[in-house]
Amino acid sequence: MATPTPAPGPMPPDRPGQAPDPIRARQIRNGWLLSAPALFILLIAASGPLAVMAVYSFLTPGDYGGVRWVFSTEGWFRVFFQRDIFDGTVSMADAHVTILWRSVRLSILTTAITFAVGFPTAWFIATRPPSRRAMWLFLITIPFWTNLLIRTFAINEVIRNEGILNSILIGIGLIERPIQILYTDTAVLIGMAYVYLPLMVLPLFAAIDRFDMRLLEAGYDLYADRWRVLRRVILPIVRPGIVAGSILVFVPSLGAYVTPRILGGGRNMMIGNFIELQFGQGRNWPLGAALSMMLLLIVLVALLFYVRAMNRAGGGSPHG
Amino acid sequence: MSDTVAVEARRAVKTFGQGEFAVRALDDVSVTIRKGEFFTLLGPSGCGKTTLLRLIAGFETPTSGRILLDGADITALPPNRRPVNTVFQSYALFPHLSVAQNIGFGLEMQGRPKSEVSETVERMLALVQLEAMAGRRPGQLSGGQQQRVALARALAPRPKVLLLDEPLSALDLKLRKEMQIELKRLQHETGITFVFVTHDQEEALTMSDRIGVMSQGKILQIGDPRSIYTAPNSRFVASFIGETNFLTGRMAPGGVTLDSGGMLALEAANAPPEGTPVTVAVRPEQVRLAPGDEDGALPATIAHWVYFGTDTHCHLHLADGTGVVARLQSPASGDPGLERGARVGLRFAPGAVQLLGD
Amino acid sequence: MARPFSVTALPGFGLIAVAVFVALYAPIVTLVAYSFNAANSITVWGGFSFRWYLAAWENRAVQEATIRSLIIATSASAVATTLATMAALGTTRRGRFRGQTMIYVMINQPLMVPEIVTAVALLIVFAGVRVATGYTGLGYLILAHSAFCIPFAYLPIRARLEGMDNSLETAAADLYASPWRTFRRVTLPMMAPGIAAGAMLAFVISLDDVIITEFVKTAGQDTLPTYMLGQMRRAITPEVNAISTALLALTVLLLTAFFLLGRKRS
Repeated sequence: MATPTPAPGPMPPDRPGQAPDPIRARQIRNGWLLSAPALFILLIAASGPLAVMAVYSFLTPGDYGGVRWVFSTEGWFRVFFQRDIFDGTVSMADAHVTILWRSVRLSILTTAITFAVGFPTAWFIATRPPSRRAMWLFLITIPFWTNLLIRTFAINEVIRNEGILNSILIGIGLIERPIQILYTDTAVLIGMAYVYLPLMVLPLFAAIDRFDMRLLEAGYDLYADRWRVLRRVILPIVRPGIVAGSILVFVPSLGAYVTPRILGGGRNMMIGNFIELQFGQGRNWPLGAALSMMLLLIVLVALLFYVRAMNRAGGGSPHG
Repeated sequence: MSDTVAVEARRAVKTFGQGEFAVRALDDVSVTIRKGEFFTLLGPSGCGKTTLLRLIAGFETPTSGRILLDGADITALPPNRRPVNTVFQSYALFPHLSVAQNIGFGLEMQGRPKSEVSETVERMLALVQLEAMAGRRPGQLSGGQQQRVALARALAPRPKVLLLDEPLSALDLKLRKEMQIELKRLQHETGITFVFVTHDQEEALTMSDRIGVMSQGKILQIGDPRSIYTAPNSRFVASFIGETNFLTGRMAPGGVTLDSGGMLALEAANAPPEGTPVTVAVRPEQVRLAPGDEDGALPATIAHWVYFGTDTHCHLHLADGTGVVARLQSPASGDPGLERGARVGLRFAPGAVQLLGD
Repeated sequence: MARPFSVTALPGFGLIAVAVFVALYAPIVTLVAYSFNAANSITVWGGFSFRWYLAAWENRAVQEATIRSLIIATSASAVATTLATMAALGTTRRGRFRGQTMIYVMINQPLMVPEIVTAVALLIVFAGVRVATGYTGLGYLILAHSAFCIPFAYLPIRARLEGMDNSLETAAADLYASPWRTFRRVTLPMMAPGIAAGAMLAFVISLDDVIITEFVKTAGQDTLPTYMLGQMRRAITPEVNAISTALLALTVLLLTAFFLLGRKRS
């Protein structure tokens, strides 16, 4: 059992060519030993399976689900293209493209909506007197930790034809008959915006909290009106928060499964639902695996953009 | 009258907080600041000087009272509609904009054409000698350079009044002295009315045309540096500016009978009636030492003295123990010839004795 | 008196913010309200009643699902917290060493990979294992939950550890305590709030998981969330509301404890 050594203080970084220091070497070894069990579990139940899935995307579908261990690129091919069964012509897999496009479109819209309402909310919380701020933060955090399923179900309950949204609209005379919101793209959009809103608000709040409010005085002192202060002073400086919030909303909404399932019904599938289909009725595990890899790749690309945007936004610390 | 007055505060009151926690930051303050003058609000922290400045800028609204600019009532105007600019204590430079963009910001917001903006920015950069830094970000500049950018940014839109909120407090001593001269020069060159806030009385004395001394939300005295220094109207002003000796006594015909014994001849217009307890102020450099038994001199004993190079500070006790400090010019030989315990007489330079209002 | 100028106010923001808070809580309030519905519907009110709570309480499937959820959550939280504590100790206050970034990436990977992807990958792997070993117990779920709970336990523990200054431990060493003793009597107690926070977080995350559980479970092995998911495909009754409200109450309780714990220690 490796005994943890109390570190005597901040250590200088490892430099190549440094004379081997036995104490330091032991520290590093202990570091690895301590992390090993966690890494092991993650390897067999998180990272490892991803590699296995990559392999499966190159296999052949079995007759009753599962795979046959025969190499094939059909899975990847079928992600984008389809082959006419009669004359073998290759064309774009329309159904797949539609689903992919819906997922990207809805994710972008969700990000936009959560930003549009989330920014004022974050600004509001950040400009409350310090004594009340914790309460507002707590209020926005509760939904964040509430079960995703419960929240989606709550939206379902509200927007269905007999639900309170339609009842209110009918009650105030805006419409005569209930609008069919449930099982449309709009329902999925509402659901995702509702579910992921706290993920936009919290990083925005963190960025706004760091913002030096005295810069606002400088802006007004120099004849800017409220809109220009927002556009020219506030937004550019809190941009890292905007980027963080956007990624935190875009990535999960792209891979959403529960929300489109409960609110979109069987017809408005997003990538997540379509992937599940391949392991159920679709019985095409390699295609499902390939689709998952696609999703993972898109997410990784988005994360790369995020890292680049964060590095670029480095310069700009307010003078203290 | 109104074309020589730039800014005026009329009976301004500012209260913060509510109920039993209410704090009167400004208590019925009235002051007129003339066009083209360098006016300083001087006082310790918490006296209300910054609050008054913010009232003029528009970041705070008076609880009651009015603010006038060029004779017009601007109390209800938001800060972005007042032709008044501020140099903030923290500089508040926009970190995401370059120096040139910072300086041009106010002009941009006013909608000036691009050519005019870049021309003015160039002129401002030359004015504060920062041409080489035009493309840099504030984070890359030193404190002194940032201060000058803040100045240029506030001057660029040619405001009617420039407000400066303790702009030099973050600078080291040498830089501070340089900037004091700079500011004075700039004020003369541009002719803009400067309202300067500081707690440093030396700064106030060297730079200002007029000073308003403040304490606890009130303006105690307004005047040019000389009259503030030589004729303080209250204990507070006398002790806040420079060093003072305070002597207590009662009014008597022809002067004041001191509690410590002896009589001070004093001519004062509007002197309070005989017998009223008063305080008298004398600056240390106005105290002269005379032989102990000289006629008309106040008897005192030397307690100790401290040699300061150009001056020697001599601490004395009067008959009743009251302490008095005398600032004497050190003689060429360096030895002031003072002996501990020696009896001397004190004389005060004519007109140097001030009757204080409190 | 003139209207005071507020430097931080932006037009319309306050209104939008309040509307957002209302919109955020309205569905939840509706859900909770209808859990007390005497009638059968989730949208038509029929009077106040506890019947759905009773129904859920006596529902065999719900009982099993609840027990299963609790077992998995407790086990996964215990495993994840222990492993995360060790990993935190191994990666903090040691200075930077080669491969440290890789460790961070691996530990935080479940936060970056979409859940559906992990779910699918686990489905594939565990399907193979099931065929090979014939084992169909809770082990798969506990393993999967432990894995994705690790980062959630890791982050608060690490934050706490980094915030701790090690002068106390140095003092202990100075007073002849062995490294193990120092750890047990000084380091561990000081880390306790962070470990408690991590454990609670892991517990909540495991309890709430839907997707991975849905894909990894064998038939009939429902947890509360997957049971509810199944119910939503059929005729929905306020029983779902009742279970949801119960879960909600539990989460809020744990969260409040979490907040108060953090407030007290800081």
